[in-house]
Amino acid sequence: MPHVTTNRSATVDGLIEPTRVHGSLYTSPDVFAAELEQIWYREWIYVGHESEVPSAGDFVRKSIGPQPLIMTRAADGEVRVLHNRCSHRGNLVCVTDGGNASSFRCPFHGWNFGLDGRLLGYPHPEGYGGRNALDDLPLPQAARVASHEGFVFASLASDGPPLEEHLGDAAGEITRLVQLSPEGRLDLRAGWLHHEARANWKFLVENETDGYHPQFVHGSIFSVGDSRIGDLYGEKSAAVTRDLGGGHSENDLRPEFRSVGTPMWWFGASEDRVPAYAAALRRARGDAEAERLMVEGAPHVMVFPNLFIAEITIFVLQPLAVDRTVQHATAIQFAGGEDLNRRLLHQCVGSAGPAGMLLADDTEMYERNQAGVAALEPEWIDTRRGMDRERVDERGHPVGSANDEIGIRGFWRHYRSLMADGSGRP
Amino acid sequence: MTDAHSTEIALAEIEQFLYREARLADEHAYAEWEGLWTDDAHYWVPAADDRDPASTMSVINDNRRRIATRIQQLETGRRYAQSPPSRLARTISNVELIGVGDDPAGDLLVGASFVLVEATERGRHVWAGRLRLQLRPTDDGLRLARKTVDLVDRPWHLPTLAFLI
Repeated sequence: MPHVTTNRSATVDGLIEPTRVHGSLYTSPDVFAAELEQIWYREWIYVGHESEVPSAGDFVRKSIGPQPLIMTRAADGEVRVLHNRCSHRGNLVCVTDGGNASSFRCPFHGWNFGLDGRLLGYPHPEGYGGRNALDDLPLPQAARVASHEGFVFASLASDGPPLEEHLGDAAGEITRLVQLSPEGRLDLRAGWLHHEARANWKFLVENETDGYHPQFVHGSIFSVGDSRIGDLYGEKSAAVTRDLGGGHSENDLRPEFRSVGTPMWWFGASEDRVPAYAAALRRARGDAEAERLMVEGAPHVMVFPNLFIAEITIFVLQPLAVDRTVQHATAIQFAGGEDLNRRLLHQCVGSAGPAGMLLADDTEMYERNQAGVAALEPEWIDTRRGMDRERVDERGHPVGSANDEIGIRGFWRHYRSLMADGSGRP
Repeated sequence: MTDAHSTEIALAEIEQFLYREARLADEHAYAEWEGLWTDDAHYWVPAADDRDPASTMSVINDNRRRIATRIQQLETGRRYAQSPPSRLARTISNVELIGVGDDPAGDLLVGASFVLVEATERGRHVWAGRLRLQLRPTDDGLRLARKTVDLVDRPWHLPTLAFLI
């Protein structure tokens, strides 16, 4: 574990119970420091998408928590995750958001690194006893990098479960999203909004699959638009909230979409509004399968701890401090779905980001949450909603009604296993 | 009337229009602010340099219909990111008549700079940038056909921007 950044230790023992969690988990700098070590710098974290670096020499700046990274595709075609830190004196080697380059030259003393991280050269090599004398000083790579359907994850710890084990049944939700592309892949190159919330990252994660809040927090936009989102999370909804295990959770809206049975209804449209996309999907998958996909729509899934797929938008959460989190957002774009993509982008821009008609209000709630827990009474945050109607589905996952706090409880169960003293993890 | 004199009148009218637009936005006078727009309005806050709003993310990319939705949402009183509303004070300066559009409407192409202090319970944020405007002369005076807000800090994290910028 080379990345331990602090010796401070914090215990969360006694702060997480089955139906409530302690307010100090959102405000304690010590807890935040421990989270960085035991979750963010150890677990599989979503970094970026392969489509962001399609060609050899492509790079984009990325991050895990406060740590700056670069995701590259080197000449060998492999996608790598490098630390954006010169191995000489710690300078950032890359300060542009992305582009194509043959190497990264550190401006401080001219050290030059390949996109695979290798140290290609350094000025005045006689000071080091000649050329090729510093093989021990590449740009360090993330200890482990793996991808699923183009989604690139990294772990900064060399040991731990493989990505497939981490994703568990959340992997199927990502696959389900990608299948909506006629070409079976996403293209996440529409650029990013970077929306800062003065709030702890866990308030954001909890909210992503909280089906209880939309009709209240988003009532203003539901009332003026022709949105049907509110009903999807109402008490009469057939949709379910599912604890997928591993801290992942989803609002599975398919029962509602199936009962309507209209292709593209999930997107508030119909097939004739996106004829080229619908035709391409039918050609690629056959009529029956294409129809099923277009009826069931895109997933609404929170992949622990930082990837939120919200039907039309990819959100990536980046904690910067105990009370500061950035939400990076981009529109989902399906390869081979140009007419749909234009509409997806337009809807995404309307709803997400600093001025978004949904996310600005979510973020307002995050910030008021953070301000609220400064009050020390009541000490606890309640997570019991739907305990009495929780059931287990055919795959063994806890499920509950569309607006129950199933996902929130699942998050905390996994969080506790990672943060517990003596968890036995390396 | 000399060209210089008519330019002077045009500039004075343009400035008055920009100041009014700024004040209505500062005062959250939503309906009046919305009334400044033409039917083919485009209200755009790019998320990065050199972006095409049709294919890339924007902070705001509103056509006339979406401006109306944005205003309606604010007017519900339950647009929580603006309830209570931010306290705003903006200054418009460096107003420059750049030219006249070659479309039949003869839109005036105007540039300006702005500095805007937003005060909320969260704290103060200074917004600043360049305005690129297309103002349309009509029988009822100038109308806003296009407003592009180039924020200086758009490459980096932005806090919530739910007021009318």
